Amino acid sequence: MASPIISFQDYGFQYAAQAAPTLYHINLDIYPGEKVLIAGASGSGKSTIASCINGLIPYAHPGASTGKVLVDGRDAAESSIFTLSHTVGTVLQDTDGQFIGLTVAEDIAFALENDCVEQDEMKETVERVAELVDIGHHLDHAPHELSGGQKQRVSLAGVMVDDVKVLLFDEPLANLDPAAGRNTIELIDRIQQQTGAAVLIIEHRLEDVLWRHVDRIVLMEEGHILADLPAKELLCSDLLTRHGIREPLYLTALRYAGIPVTRELEPEHVDSLRLSEPQKQQVREWMQAAKSRLTEEKTGEPLLRVEQLTFGYTAKRYNLEDISFTIHKGEMVSIVGKNGAGKSTLAKLICGFEQPESGRILLGGQDLAGDTIKERAARIGYVMQNPNQMISKPMIWDEVELALLATDMTPEQRRERVEETLRICGLYPFRKWPVSALSFGQKKRVTIASILVRRPEVLILDEPTAGQDYHHYTEIMEFLRQLNQQGYTILMITHDMHLMLEYTRRALVFCEGKLLADTTAAHVLTEPELVKRASLKETSLYSLSLACGIEDPRKFAEVFIAWEREEVR
Amino acid sequence: MAKVAVLSYLKRKSPVHALTGTTKLLFFLMWSVAAMVTYDTRVLAAMLAGSAAIFRLSKIHLRDVKVVLGLAAVFLLMNNLFVYLFSPEYGVGLYESRTVLFTIAGPYTITLQQLFYHLNMSLKVICVVPVALLFIACTDPSEFAASLAGIGISYRVGYSVSLALRYIPDVQREYHQISQAQQARGIDLSGKDKFLTRLKNSVAILLPLILSSLSRIETISNAMELRGFGKKKKRTWYMKRPMQKEDYLAIALAAGILVLDLLITFWDGSRYYNPFL
Repeated sequence: MASPIISFQDYGFQYAAQAAPTLYHINLDIYPGEKVLIAGASGSGKSTIASCINGLIPYAHPGASTGKVLVDGRDAAESSIFTLSHTVGTVLQDTDGQFIGLTVAEDIAFALENDCVEQDEMKETVERVAELVDIGHHLDHAPHELSGGQKQRVSLAGVMVDDVKVLLFDEPLANLDPAAGRNTIELIDRIQQQTGAAVLIIEHRLEDVLWRHVDRIVLMEEGHILADLPAKELLCSDLLTRHGIREPLYLTALRYAGIPVTRELEPEHVDSLRLSEPQKQQVREWMQAAKSRLTEEKTGEPLLRVEQLTFGYTAKRYNLEDISFTIHKGEMVSIVGKNGAGKSTLAKLICGFEQPESGRILLGGQDLAGDTIKERAARIGYVMQNPNQMISKPMIWDEVELALLATDMTPEQRRERVEETLRICGLYPFRKWPVSALSFGQKKRVTIASILVRRPEVLILDEPTAGQDYHHYTEIMEFLRQLNQQGYTILMITHDMHLMLEYTRRALVFCEGKLLADTTAAHVLTEPELVKRASLKETSLYSLSLACGIEDPRKFAEVFIAWEREEVR
Repeated sequence: MAKVAVLSYLKRKSPVHALTGTTKLLFFLMWSVAAMVTYDTRVLAAMLAGSAAIFRLSKIHLRDVKVVLGLAAVFLLMNNLFVYLFSPEYGVGLYESRTVLFTIAGPYTITLQQLFYHLNMSLKVICVVPVALLFIACTDPSEFAASLAGIGISYRVGYSVSLALRYIPDVQREYHQISQAQQARGIDLSGKDKFLTRLKNSVAILLPLILSSLSRIETISNAMELRGFGKKKKRTWYMKRPMQKEDYLAIALAAGILVLDLLITFWDGSRYYNPFL
């Protein structure tokens, strides 16, 4: 066997600012041409591994290390970040933030410019690489004219100008809609076959990465490598679920049906599954038996009514056109669709940030047209995607109390209300803490608390779980479910198909400013036409149910969710 | 959120656009020095005609830059007003003669000399503003950093400036978003509250804005280092265009004007052209 291109030898690392090491005794070899997935919950150290390979450690993040990391035979600690960049090309998570140039071509050429490559040669290389990632027709486009998926392609092209031997992807799916994410995985696969580079993908969305072949999966937890196995082997074990990674849904469904996941099943991919006829029968029987768990959701009074809403930022084009729907009290609804479909615009109109061109928004039967943002704020709460964009006080208590200062409540009433809200949100023990001491998920809670403190009738959340691993995702979503059960009506804008399927019965699907569908979440993900037009992705449960000859795939997804809720939680 | 861009690159086909960024920057610098040095009305009048001609050549219309022109006009007016308020007799001392036209009140008289001084002062600004505007409106932002590097400024500085310019619209958008979300929490930022409350409330937007800008900076600087920014003393530029005959001509023209300007201005040992003696 050839010698490894990357080799961790009993490596440990501790960030200068932290009290405990982030990595302990890591031993890991990556060989040329391999495709390895590094999975693990947030804080497991998987991103730190990436930083050790590309040189951001120790260049941008100083700290103390033990052992060695060899990249292409050289000690990484002794090579500069620049030398390493010729061997390792890194595509970062933030598709916007890493776009350096003013146009696609300049961004791709950035590394070449820094290498003092002559202009003619530069233009040639840029064109060649742009073709390779299929962005050749957009060379003079500015970043804001590109979709998230296209920006990622540009970043990939930007590191490929160097003929790197290793391509490193740090959570490539985090900022993409489901269809774009699928394209990315296909592109990575194609690029690897063409260039023969070793590929390292750091990602916790296992099922999405496994859409294409992966040689090995390295599972990490708390700075240790728990498993380093071929995908097949790892999927057969129960290691994933035990350590905060969600296994592919179709495998979970098989386990529920009492079918053990074995190597003979070819479990890496839903389409390659080798189920025997008796096993398929077993799945069908499980579904029949589990159907009884489906409960009818009772809907309350109509609460929020949108009638023929039309709006455009410019006179030329409507961003929302003729939108009508009704949300009932106590509902939890997903709003889905690709970027620019009008989801956020809808939220802005409901909150009163923008005024509709025509149409009405009614809350509890009363037209909101004349109400200002501030007046609506008492009844409609809006939580932004990034908690760092909302938190404006250093202390948790002050942050939550902030919205009450504008009301005419007495200090005593305010104190009571804040305490009560902190209790609901599970933040009461932290009430005297500074916000900076909290994790991302806890900060998210603080922002929800700071909105909830006004006791709004409707809560609108923009991407409540973006960038969260399974554990934090579950924590946030279970919390929102509790709120929902306490009677809060919740609307969520999301890209996350699991979220939609698991937590919301109903979904509004937007596409190019129009309301494409208003139906059940299970229906959305089992309707190929809808999936395609809204840039979503079918759930693997759908494929599994087809493979098992189940007549009503939509029901299958619903039964699965109902079962999971009762069995697991 | 429809916002009118106050001053930005306007893509047109014109001889001015065709010049490289470096040429335009050099031209602008020499032109400004020439206009700042001299108080000679004849020179300034000639330069004014010159800058009007360049403006026409550039195919940039007055309406494209009316906001900035308006601002410049206000600034100029204020400038004149204050100069007059603080030293109403400055021109008299300068031109060593005094022709009173009429008296407003007390020490404030209008003299021909003072008016002439104001005329010259205003001409200087009016000469420079169009050329400065054109530099920004006709230089592709992609070429901006390259043009700074072209006159010997470190490319790190040049790149920082051009990145900063690029992020202005992003930061504006983010400010807008944060402000809306904070208003939705009942934090009033309109004029209704007392000034002090409003000041306190604006912190509610600024703090998150600063924090998120810092994290944006961290991401971009990591991305830049990972792709070798700062590795060498020099770098090449994808968008840099080679100097053409026209570029050398333009630079020579500006240098010629500057030399001529200096010669005429200092011929008799004074920066001022004095028609009163």
